[in-house]
Amino acid sequence: MHSHLTVRSALQDVLPTVLGYIGIGIAFGLVSRAAGLSVLLTLMISTFVYAGSAQFVLVTMLLNHSPLLSIIFSVFLVNARMILMGTTLSPYFKNDSNWKNIVLGTFLTDESFALGMNKLNYTQKTLNFTWFNTVNLASYLTWVAGTGLGALLGSFITSPEQFGFGFAITAMFIGLLYLQIISDQSLTISLQLILVLFTLALTYFGMIFIPANLLILVVTLLGCLLGVILKHAHR
Amino acid sequence: MPTVNFILWTIFGTGLVTWLSRVIPFVILKKLTLSPAIIEFLSFVPVTIMAALWFQQIFIPHLGHFPTIDYVNLWSSLPTVLAAIISKNLLVIVVVGIVSAAIVNLLL
Repeated sequence: MHSHLTVRSALQDVLPTVLGYIGIGIAFGLVSRAAGLSVLLTLMISTFVYAGSAQFVLVTMLLNHSPLLSIIFSVFLVNARMILMGTTLSPYFKNDSNWKNIVLGTFLTDESFALGMNKLNYTQKTLNFTWFNTVNLASYLTWVAGTGLGALLGSFITSPEQFGFGFAITAMFIGLLYLQIISDQSLTISLQLILVLFTLALTYFGMIFIPANLLILVVTLLGCLLGVILKHAHR
Repeated sequence: MPTVNFILWTIFGTGLVTWLSRVIPFVILKKLTLSPAIIEFLSFVPVTIMAALWFQQIFIPHLGHFPTIDYVNLWSSLPTVLAAIISKNLLVIVVVGIVSAAIVNLLL
């Protein structure tokens, strides 16, 4: 990653995401077909909902004949962390038009958020519409293409097995987390490591009584709170 | 599977709430400035959220009981972390992750 915020640098920066999205997209297409959804409906879910893990939740709940409102609420809960990410990101686009902000928000994902946060460490804390929008759109197109590929493959493969691609996105988060820790100059490495360990404990113990849908949101809020406390205690 | 009509409504409803979650912060925050306290709070979002998204994959939740360990993801994480420390290159990290998971899947 370097300091340029161009289409070209965005396409370079987004490459690991593309690789991960093809894998998970294919997996989603396979799962959705195996659950009994048509190729068209499977593609529509990726095109109009575009929500990674929440799409797997959606298909599972359809299979279980859950009521409409409870599906919608579950998907909202899984994606509620988007509000937090949007809030963190939007100050960097304050000078862009409303229209551009809506476009950026529409295609925002965990991965483009994480990439953007990493990019900040190389660009003197600035981002621009061109770079972020390119990252977003390349991710979106890959996701839809991957889904289509998986859905078509699903017509031939009845029991989808993992070939290691399921781990791609997790690997990406590991990488982004490490790069974030070593490159963020506003927070010390030891403070960030303590925070990571605390997040590990919170995730483990949180799983006992927090439903999976809410876990990431609750853990993130508590982690940020501890971060603020630690930072002030340190001074 | 429910009817196509029901599925279409589900896609519409879930698509709408997801889109609103994504867009609302961008629209509202253009009009107001966040206080320094909130900005400081939010500065911890990236590290915490990325760690949480990783650790969620390491454990298998059983509501009301202690989680169990997802050994495929745990063992795949070790070479991936090592690749991160050595290469500092996201593409290398992801490829090492995929290959590790494929090997671990074969062995376990």
